[in-house]
Amino acid sequence: VEQSPPQSPGPGKAGDAPNRRSGHVRGARVLSPPGRRARLSSPGPSSSSEAREELRRRLRGLIERSRVMIFSKSYCPHSTRVKELFSSLGVECNVLELDQVDDGAKVQEVLSEITNQKTVPNVFVNKVHVGGCDQTFQAYQSGLLQKLLQEDSAYDYDLIIVGGGSGGLSCAKEAAILGKKVMVLDFVVPSPQGTSWGLGGTCVNVGCIPKKLMHQAALLGQALCDSRKFGWEYNQQVKHNWETMTKAIQNHISSLNWGYRLSLREKAVAYVNSYGEFVEHHKIKATNKKGQETYYTAAQFVIATGERPRYLGIQGDKEYCITSDDLFSLPYCPGKTLVVGASYVALECAGFLAGFGLDVTVMVRSILLRGFDQEMAEKVGSYMEQHGVKFLRKFIPVMIQQLEKGSPGKLKVLAKSTEGTETIEGVYNTVLLAIGRDSCTRKMGLEKIGVKINEKSGKIPVNDVEQTSVPYVYAVGDVSEGKPELTPVAIQSGKLLARRLFGASLEKCDYINVPTTVFTPLEYGCCGLAEEKAIEVYKKENLEIYHTLFWPLEWTVAGRENNTCYAKIICNKLDHDRVIGFHILGPNAGEVTQGFVAAMKCGLTKQLLDDTIGIHPTCGEVFTTLEITKSSGLDITQKGCG
Amino acid sequence: MAAMAVALRGLGGRFRWRTQAVAGGVRGAARGAAAAQLGRKVAVVDYVEPSPQGTRWGLGGTCVNVGCIPKKLMHQAALLGGLIQDAPHYGWEVAQPVPHDWRKMAEAVQNHVKSLNWGHRVQLQDRKVKYFNIKASFVDEHTVCGVAKGGKEILLSADHIIIATGGRPRYPTHIEGALEYGITSDDIFWLKESPGKTLVVGASYVALECAGFLTGIGLDTTVMIRSIPLRGFDQQMSSMVIEHMASHGTQFLRGCAPSRVRRLPDGHLQVTWEDCTTGKEDTGTFDTVLWAIGRVPDTRSLNLEKAGVDTSPDTQKILVDSREGTSVPHIYAIGDVVEGRPELTPTAIMAGRLLVQRLFGGSSDLMDYDNVPTTVFTPLEYGCVGLSEEEAVARHGQEHVEVYHAHYKPLEFTVAGRDASQCYVKMVCLREPPQLVLGLHFLGPNAGEVTQGFALGIKCGASYAQVMRTVGIHPTCSEEVVKLRISKRSGLDPTVTGCG
Repeated sequence: VEQSPPQSPGPGKAGDAPNRRSGHVRGARVLSPPGRRARLSSPGPSSSSEAREELRRRLRGLIERSRVMIFSKSYCPHSTRVKELFSSLGVECNVLELDQVDDGAKVQEVLSEITNQKTVPNVFVNKVHVGGCDQTFQAYQSGLLQKLLQEDSAYDYDLIIVGGGSGGLSCAKEAAILGKKVMVLDFVVPSPQGTSWGLGGTCVNVGCIPKKLMHQAALLGQALCDSRKFGWEYNQQVKHNWETMTKAIQNHISSLNWGYRLSLREKAVAYVNSYGEFVEHHKIKATNKKGQETYYTAAQFVIATGERPRYLGIQGDKEYCITSDDLFSLPYCPGKTLVVGASYVALECAGFLAGFGLDVTVMVRSILLRGFDQEMAEKVGSYMEQHGVKFLRKFIPVMIQQLEKGSPGKLKVLAKSTEGTETIEGVYNTVLLAIGRDSCTRKMGLEKIGVKINEKSGKIPVNDVEQTSVPYVYAVGDVSEGKPELTPVAIQSGKLLARRLFGASLEKCDYINVPTTVFTPLEYGCCGLAEEKAIEVYKKENLEIYHTLFWPLEWTVAGRENNTCYAKIICNKLDHDRVIGFHILGPNAGEVTQGFVAAMKCGLTKQLLDDTIGIHPTCGEVFTTLEITKSSGLDITQKGCG
Repeated sequence: MAAMAVALRGLGGRFRWRTQAVAGGVRGAARGAAAAQLGRKVAVVDYVEPSPQGTRWGLGGTCVNVGCIPKKLMHQAALLGGLIQDAPHYGWEVAQPVPHDWRKMAEAVQNHVKSLNWGHRVQLQDRKVKYFNIKASFVDEHTVCGVAKGGKEILLSADHIIIATGGRPRYPTHIEGALEYGITSDDIFWLKESPGKTLVVGASYVALECAGFLTGIGLDTTVMIRSIPLRGFDQQMSSMVIEHMASHGTQFLRGCAPSRVRRLPDGHLQVTWEDCTTGKEDTGTFDTVLWAIGRVPDTRSLNLEKAGVDTSPDTQKILVDSREGTSVPHIYAIGDVVEGRPELTPTAIMAGRLLVQRLFGGSSDLMDYDNVPTTVFTPLEYGCVGLSEEEAVARHGQEHVEVYHAHYKPLEFTVAGRDASQCYVKMVCLREPPQLVLGLHFLGPNAGEVTQGFALGIKCGASYAQVMRTVGIHPTCSEEVVKLRISKRSGLDPTVTGCG
């Protein structure tokens, strides 16, 4: 239930407000005589945020109720041109002249929050923000404007979302909650090895979920070793069974797929298991497995098609190599494995495979975990190396040959040095490529409706309200350019997008201080800036970096190595030692990091860390007792105990 | 009992030590080390009075020897037992059930504790803190006296004296057989042999933690609770902690109070108890009876009256002001021995450090006892910071409090087929926007790790709105905190489904 504060009456009661101010809004229809009056700003002495909320709601109302809504200024020649254009098309418009309204400036401000456009004219057609004068004329020339004018309820759906992953589904569910008619098109093109999966996208099927579960399986292997030190007695050599684990994980994923379908059905979202391809403005072709085509139209679209693993483009790669798309449902144990790449996907997969006792080699072209703090990345790598993962640095594969078929078979990999002419050869049962991911944007008819993509990366540039170059088309998740490729980000941006499109919300997705955790055998959690980046942005002399090695209590009795886990914070000396980078390498890094992220959102400083009491004995408490700065050069190794 | 003295040499004055105190445990060490770093002459006097069962230990106080450290390690042993049961679901071919050997665990834990004792000694030495392993008591307001091993009397005097002698478990001495046959947390971690079938009496976190790990390593464990569990903690969370333990094998005798303990001819202990509502008596046989009914401060043997230090007549705890000063200007008290302070190790450490910085470092920073986070290491861990729901309602009124909550399922539980009925998180906020966070309560795996960062957030004055703008880390349990959308007031189902 929407609550109206006592001093700001609802839309229908404006005229009866007891203390209305003298100024009124002049709303004029171009084809009808001026004089219709509407009150836009809140009349009462309520707080400014309430007044703003009220104004925004009324603007939304105007936009929603008008076939064409033009926010204009009476003296502005561009506004006049736009009005004439609609007039010549014989279309009735609702016009609000901001210069004739005493709170026009406020209206303009709120409009710029809604549309990210500060200027007039500001044109909406059938609720879609078209833009200013130039964009309106462009839309007219491209036929989009006529299309927009035609639509109204003529469309099959209010919103069609292409891609049923984290971002798409959250957007769909939220739009449905807000009463819109929504469709989700989701179709998984099988991987070159023929792997395919159900609803839910990368995270659920071939990403975070199975990855974390396999990581947990590997951690359990470690726990089994530890447990003997803690008094648990068993003598047998414990072996790991890949099929048992994979089956259990796939069962869980199937239940999630089913859960997603169920929740779409509950919210009356239409789910179509077909491939979506734009054919003209507002119209998409959906092709199912059998090749049957169906056409759907919608007022607005969201592209959330995500990314798929990249191949090397060398002889034998698509025939014989697998990717993370295949690994988690591989029906047989991969055996001796070469992982190509140094992305977090590469290191995570290598980590858990080694944890099952497999012979694992990682082939790295240049650096580990590009974009992450390099000191941390190297520590992640060296822990893996100490725990049996082999690294081949500065090599790239040039050819993959099959020596033997089988489950697994035998592959010969030929690789060359990135620095010289040296080549090496190796024989593996499985080669897993994890060299990066490509957006799924090139085969969906985007060019037909004019949605621009970055030609190089295939990603879709969007503004800060997730809008593409075509006003009624939005993009969320990994396909959108320059955004963190993370499930919670996609979920958040999808949900907020739906609220902005169909609700009364203005809230934009905040991409600052987005945390993440790499689930390598020793987990790495971080938030904010990498040390390199912090130095680049703030200069070394303005930073103070506090760090320490630590020994988790559980590791002591287990006889695991001291001076391996590491904590580091980067503080900005020019801003009260504000924490701008948070890094932890240790068990449960994800669980530790989350709360600190919330604290960073609230302006965490070193002083506050010092003033906060630790929870004893945990790993997280290490951040409340950081004393040694990197610049001091003091020794951070822990001698013995305590 | 554990006593620790800090003494600082005077500037050729009338005292042999310029500052002198009697204190104990981790706090003493921390404060001593800090003072020494500030260029003072410091002595620490520490002596562990053996428990009634004869258990004794080294330097470091309760936390290191008979508290947090051995407790968390035995908790970890129990958690590993759970993980061994998970392992086959994840493909590890380990034959079940796997037996547990108490002796092996206890020895490993005790060795670690001993290495910590040694570490503390070395640390004091490194910082030139004089260490006396004597039982000290006050002679006058500037002097303490103790007897060393050889019977030699040692007199120490100082300008400043800090008391940090902590507390020891309480025995219900009115119960027949309690002292003779019962043990406490002072003994449990140092037992050479498995305690066997155990009755834990009490509802404190010590009682529940001990019962939790004993059950977890496969022992038949019963907890006898007279009234409410985890007094002072959020009661909804507390009852869920109990619910979880009960569904994982710990037996509970609620509303019962023991009346006597007898040793049977076969060596077993026969405990008789009374049902407090019906008045009916019942008996049971156990191998071990563990009292965990509270702790008493270690002040009686200090001869505080000779120095003129005031204590609370009810609790015997030392009364201090916000600067940790006692009724005698140059005598201070920190840690569990002080009236009205949270009995937590990191609190004591920080209080000690801040005190020394005020005394000798020119600082005026006071200890902030608000929003102290803590975690109860029961089988399902319970982490909390800030106000309980009851306390928030009492302070602000039901109408002004909004509680957001969720039942969630940790990802790791799914494949392992574990029951997640009690995995629950709730955030207590003011209802007025932006909805300041008053308290956070988290029940689930790794609750301590989850809670620490949020404790900082609350310290920073986090609002519900700010926490909701925080991007989650997927897939973790802690992300459930930043995804809390359902308020209790709405009456909607707070069960989390899927990833969204």
